[in-house]
Amino acid sequence: MAASSQAWGSRVGLILAMAGNAVGLGNFLRFPVQAVQNGGGAFIIPYLICFLLMGIPLLYIEWSSGRFGGKFGNHSTPYILDSMVKGRILKYIGVFGIFTNVAVAAYYCYIESWTMSYVYHSLRGTFNGMSQHGVADFFNNYVDISKSSTGIPYEAVVFYILCLLLNTFILSKGLKGIEKVAKIGMPLLILFGAILAIRGLTLGTSGASELFPNANAWDGLNFLWTPQYDSILDLKVWMAAAGQIFFTLSVGMGTIHCYAAYMNSKDDIALNAVSAGFMNEFVEVVLGSLIVIPIAAGYLGLDWVLENAGFGMAFQTMPYLFQQWGPMLAAIAGLLWFGLLFFAGITSSLAMGTPWIGFMRDEFNWGQNKGAWSFGLLILIMGLPTVIFFQEGVFDEYDYWAGTVSLVVFAMLETILFSWIFGMKKGWAEITSGADIQVPLIYKFIIKFVTPVMLIIIFLGSLFKPLNNDWSGNVSSLLSGNGWSLDNGSIIKTITHAGIKEKIMAATDPAIIGQLESQILYLNFARILLLGLFVFISALVYVAFLKRRREGRATL
Amino acid sequence: MNTEALITMITTQGIVIGFTGYFFYRVLTTKPKPEPDSYTENDDVVERQPEN
Repeated sequence: MAASSQAWGSRVGLILAMAGNAVGLGNFLRFPVQAVQNGGGAFIIPYLICFLLMGIPLLYIEWSSGRFGGKFGNHSTPYILDSMVKGRILKYIGVFGIFTNVAVAAYYCYIESWTMSYVYHSLRGTFNGMSQHGVADFFNNYVDISKSSTGIPYEAVVFYILCLLLNTFILSKGLKGIEKVAKIGMPLLILFGAILAIRGLTLGTSGASELFPNANAWDGLNFLWTPQYDSILDLKVWMAAAGQIFFTLSVGMGTIHCYAAYMNSKDDIALNAVSAGFMNEFVEVVLGSLIVIPIAAGYLGLDWVLENAGFGMAFQTMPYLFQQWGPMLAAIAGLLWFGLLFFAGITSSLAMGTPWIGFMRDEFNWGQNKGAWSFGLLILIMGLPTVIFFQEGVFDEYDYWAGTVSLVVFAMLETILFSWIFGMKKGWAEITSGADIQVPLIYKFIIKFVTPVMLIIIFLGSLFKPLNNDWSGNVSSLLSGNGWSLDNGSIIKTITHAGIKEKIMAATDPAIIGQLESQILYLNFARILLLGLFVFISALVYVAFLKRRREGRATL
Repeated sequence: MNTEALITMITTQGIVIGFTGYFFYRVLTTKPKPEPDSYTENDDVVERQPEN
């Protein structure tokens, strides 16, 4: 029988849940845009190299750390790390593994609620007859919570709360609920994606119009896949490839640890980890590259795609493109597209709930229901500001600090802890224990030396991001003694709101100056919320430590 | 599509599909370990019970 009361139903269910955790909106929206912006077909070379040198090692590290911690009854990163490395401080690194999930889930559920809402609007025919501008405006009105497209007051908030309730209800059913959603959601996602990908592959020039006479889907595919080999020597491309691998696999979050903690110590993780990892790559490289870019290029032309490629295309462009197929097919395509984004989203957001629930159960004996509903409440408190103050930048601020910086910091620290403090001897034994495939020995070297160095470079690259993201130019400038110019998107300059302050200095209109100054206030408010959350979780870890010490369970 | 893009796309997607398919095939065909294991759905399979 299974080792604990919370357990996975089947091996396939576990792999689908892990793959569902990794597959997210970024597979369909971020990957093709990154490829377009970084050398087309040549991007895939650094991308696959980074997958082998950083992605797979991080998967091994997180799966094996989780399973190791699970042996001691720990199902969240603070005490998983505590069981691996003894030290009173080190467990607080694991706070990132709960913090990131709560903070990311807070705004991620908002995107997920957009997909729910857009499925509804696609089926209802809201976008019928709308111009491209009209569809883009629809989105802008939707996120302005004072406006409503359905007559429901505060529609965006209502959909957000509905989405949150759905997540919380499924989480209250435990791992079985998550596994069921993954078993239904992942095959449907692949089916929906495959149908749209076939359309992307076969669209050709049939979408050309008077307005865009040169539109051709194959132009999009040509641009995406023609290798521009000179870009391989550009450091910017390597940073982008490493960043994409990092975010697509959902590493550095603490969810993989949590899922793996429910495994028996003699069961395989080596084959499971690569299976889930490659399933994510399949969705990203095969399906993700064949939908947005070719369909958009097929109706709007490659030039439009190159100018407008970005996250907004999913909601501001795709519904308009589907309209070109007639009302019935547009409704079906909208269902498929926003349905697949919904499944990609919910399988990830459910994963984000498990570390908090696991932590509260392990440390304070909370039941599954209490853990799930407290998570829902926490997300509501943290998430409502991202919904209400979306246009003031609170959403993006969460995404930057929790969804970008926090992941990199945690992954870097956990890799160093695993490779150098837990030690590769024990680490390698953990990875290979019960393995159903032979893990190449070279990975022992890669995990110890290559992966930590790559993560340190990514972290330093984010901290000191060069002006205009011009890596090669800034490295030459530094070597020739002309210094290093920081970009406003670097962590250092972001902390001080350097970009907004520059705009204030350049502005002359008092109204614009006032607007920018109030934006800084909103961003600081978002930071206080995030910092407050981190301190709150750290305090809980400390209280748990005191409780463990009273019970004689503390490791130090 | 131009030939270079087509070759790059087919090669890359072929590699990814190949590895995904291979690993998933291994998952489906590898004999499960005897009880107790991590999964509940196979708990009652007679031939997988631990030997006494």
